[in-house]
Order: sequence, then structure tokens, then C-alpha cells
Amino acid sequence: MLDDFLIRALLGGLGVALAAGPLGCFVVWRRMAYFGDSLAHSALLGVAVGALLDVDLRFGVLGVGLAIALILAGLERRAQLATDTLLGILAHSALAFGFIAVSLVPGLRADVVGLLFGDVLAISKSDLAWIWGGAATVLVVLAVLWRKLLLMTIDADLARAEGVPTAALRVVLMLLIAISVALAMKAVGALLITALLLIPAATARRFARTPEGMAVRAAGIGAIAVVIGLGGSLSTDIPAGPAIVAAAAVIFAAAQFRRGGSHPPLP
Amino acid sequence: MRRRAARVTDLTQAIAPRPDISPLAAPLIAGRHIRYEADGQVILDHVDIHVRPREIVTLIGPNGAGKSTLVRILLGLLEPSAGTVERRPGLRVGYVPQRFSPSPHMPITARRFLATAQGSARHKNGALTERLTEVGAAAVADTLLNDLSSGELQRVLLARALIGDPDLLVLDEPTRGVDVTGQTELFDLVAGLRDSRGCGMLIVSHELHIVMAATDRVLCLNKHICCEGRPESISTNPEFVAMFGTAAARRLAIYTHEHDHQHDIAGEVVHAAHGHETHNHNTHVNGAHAHDTRATDPHAG
Repeated sequence: MLDDFLIRALLGGLGVALAAGPLGCFVVWRRMAYFGDSLAHSALLGVAVGALLDVDLRFGVLGVGLAIALILAGLERRAQLATDTLLGILAHSALAFGFIAVSLVPGLRADVVGLLFGDVLAISKSDLAWIWGGAATVLVVLAVLWRKLLLMTIDADLARAEGVPTAALRVVLMLLIAISVALAMKAVGALLITALLLIPAATARRFARTPEGMAVRAAGIGAIAVVIGLGGSLSTDIPAGPAIVAAAAVIFAAAQFRRGGSHPPLP
Repeated sequence: MRRRAARVTDLTQAIAPRPDISPLAAPLIAGRHIRYEADGQVILDHVDIHVRPREIVTLIGPNGAGKSTLVRILLGLLEPSAGTVERRPGLRVGYVPQRFSPSPHMPITARRFLATAQGSARHKNGALTERLTEVGAAAVADTLLNDLSSGELQRVLLARALIGDPDLLVLDEPTRGVDVTGQTELFDLVAGLRDSRGCGMLIVSHELHIVMAATDRVLCLNKHICCEGRPESISTNPEFVAMFGTAAARRLAIYTHEHDHQHDIAGEVVHAAHGHETHNHNTHVNGAHAHDTRATDPHAG
């Protein structure tokens, strides 16, 4: 069954969507969209570093993403600059260094478009293992820390007063986003990863009355976008990654027309 | 005449504080010689504060006096630059923060929010509803936090703080953004909770005249503790008047007098208002002297 490239593409896309939904809720709640974007920018550097060090490119992306998350956490504590300023510096520096590094590796330049927009139809079995391993990691960590993460998101002061280590958990969330970027790159590409975190969660906001309800719906909406996007890609030969994100965007737009969206009647 | 009456009622309070608050009981929490500096600025200096079981202590002071900093130090959120905080072993604290503005991006009902309290997993849904009922907020159990009024939100926060069955409630400006009627109701509720649950309370407030009704002891903070005493006596304290102005002090004096009057009628001694003054004056002159010295001398203690 896994020999069918379409099945692999579907399973890969669904794995990404299931992890991106709940994690994306935190990106929406905590307004970390720009952070996700910055990590995506650093993915190019990750690829180049992976190639230069001659290791699996995915490890390169993961390693650089984790490093950027930790550098940001460290800078936030020391530098007297706003987080978005620091992120902008990190993101675009990483992008510039990434392009330079890519130009230094012969033959890598040709793959850059694939890296930027993903190649879900070329997902291998090892890609699949990588995606589902990463997705499981993200979901398990979220489930274990769920109450504390929620409380910290609702009110950081209250969380600290109740002994929640908010500084450490912030870093954990950043690391989870770094993992999701690395695992989603093959499916939708570095440029569109943030979209898969943001759009399903933002769409689910209108249909949920509890955080859990929003997380589950976000995962579901992401999965639907994957199925529609892949279907569209197959039938019309458009690139799969952008098709998935476009499908999510259309669902989001359609949801905005739903009457009384933010206050649905109780079940 | 009025002022004198207020002072005299004060004396009965000084001599006969609430019988259920023992001055000998070990404090629930005590900060000693607290000093806090940030960026080379002294925020707090030589602050001593304690709350005993069943006692309601109100912390007042102008903006920037360091009230919230002190609360955060007592809660263990901030490390003092010098001094110590002692908590009774196993002390359970319920906390209602000053600024609470739940993320507008997260949908969450009041009941679900209560379930984010530590140990709430042990509570069944019914128990959470019970806490909401206790603070008169059962009707909004399934309302989204973002749709609650300030007063409702404060009640929900209070309900959440009660989940761990706290020995000490710390309320940082619990009436912020609540209208006057709502403030009075809220403090009646808070005072009622002390009686029904027997917990001690530390309240930070700007709304002096409303808080005072339920308060056992007032601490005026302005980087250091300027004055301390029963609410009836604090309004005549020169340091207090200097800090808050004569208008506020007079308003407070009038209020506490009226309050005492009601309290006395409801209490053991049923005196008519006009008989009040003579009685107390004759019996408690010495106590008056001792108390006044303690409350008005900034160097005392």
C-alpha cells in the first residue's frame, strides 16, 4: 500500500495536518505567526548546512530551526529589543546566509524550488517515518503539557503564580514549531509551512467554544485541505503544496460567511 | 463632633478586635524586612507584612508604591533583594491577579477555565459548578470568557481561586473596572467567603471606602509601610492624610464611622447612635491612648 506514491502523499500530508492543527492553535492564541515564518526562512540555511556537513538535509533543517529557537529565547532575555525585531533580524540573516550557503554547494541550487514549495508527491517511506515520528512527538508533548500551556496562554501571571514554568514552556513551544517546520517541509515546502499552522486553526476559531474543540477542528480542517489539495493537484497537475494551502485558504474564506460563527449554539 | 464620634467608635474596635482572629496565631504568610531593587531603583524597603488565619489585610498605596511587587514577592513570583518570606508549611494560596485579560483569540468557557486550575482534574464538573455558584456566577458557566463583564470575570477568577480550598486568598485589585454597585457586591461576597471558609485574605485595592467595611487591618505602602492599623484609625493618621489627601481621608472616616455604627447594632452591644459616644468614651480612654500611639506614630515598631 505504501508503494503507491499517492497513498504516501496522502499519509504524509495528513500527518503534517494532524500535528499542525493543535500546534497551530497555540500559534494563533499566542500570536506566534511571525515566529513560524522566521523559522521557515531559516529552513533554507538548514538545507545548506545539511548539504555542507553531508548529513540528512532534514537533520540540517531541524538543527538550524532548533538553534534559531534557542537563540531567540536567549536574545529575548538579554537584548532590549522587541521580539518581532529580533525575529526579523534572525529570519532574514538566516535567509541571506542560507542563499550564500546554497550557492556554495554544487548542484543544490536546482533543488531550491522543491524546498520552497515542497514535493508531497515524492514523499518516500523514510519521509513518512520522519513526518509521523515528528507529528507524534509534537502531539504527545502538547497532550502532556496541555493544561499548563493553556493556562500560560490565557494568563502568564496566573500561570507563574501557580508554579507553571512559563519561560521553559515558551521555549518548548518554539522547539515544537521548529520540529513542525522540519517535518512539514517536504509536504508543503518551507515558504508555506506557516500557512498550514495558521489557516486551519484560524478557521476553527469560529466553530469552537473550548480550546480542545478548536484544536480538534483545526486538525480536521487541515486534513480536509490536504485531501482537496492533493485531489486538485492530481486532476489538474498543479503543484501539490500550494494546492493544499490554497484549499485551506478557500475553506477559511468560506467559513467567514457562516452566520454567527463565533457564537455557535451549544451542542 | 462627627469626627470625634468616629474616633471613639474606633476605640471599641481597637480593644475588641474580631474574637476569631487571634493575635497569637502563627501568620499564614509573613514577609520580613523585604527590600526589592530593580534597575538600581529601590521599589520596596524594610517592608514587614503578615496575614493571620481568618484575617483580612488590605494593602493600599498610591500608584507605583510597589503594591503589586510586594504581592508578587509574597507569592514567590519575585525574589526579594533582601528579606525573607515565610509561609506556613503546606499553605494553599488562591490568587486573583490584577490584570487579567484572557487572550481574545482563544475560545474558552468559564467552566472550562476553572478546569485549568491545578488539581482541578480531581474535581468533577459538578464541583466546578459548585464553586461558580458559591460566587454567584453559576449563570455564566457556559459563557465564553471574552463575553463576560468585568464583574463576572472577577467572580469567575474568584471561583477558580477557591478550587484548591485555599488557606489564604490574595486579591490584587479585585474591583478594577467594576462599577460601584458591583464593587460593593463583590466585597460583600469576599467578606462572606472569609466567614464561610475561614481563610485569611490579602487584598490590594484603590477603592478604600468599599474595602474598609470588611478589612481587619490596613497597611499603607509607599515603598515602605507608612502606617498600619485598623481601618477606622487609619483615616486620621497624618501619613495617610498626606498620602491620599484630606478629602479621601474624610470620606473614609465618614464611611468607617457609619459602618461601625451598623456593625455595633448587629453585634453584641445594641446602643442607640446618640448613646454610643458617651459609653465608649467613658470606658475605653486608656485603650484609646495606647491604640492611637501605635497607629499614628510612624516610628512605632
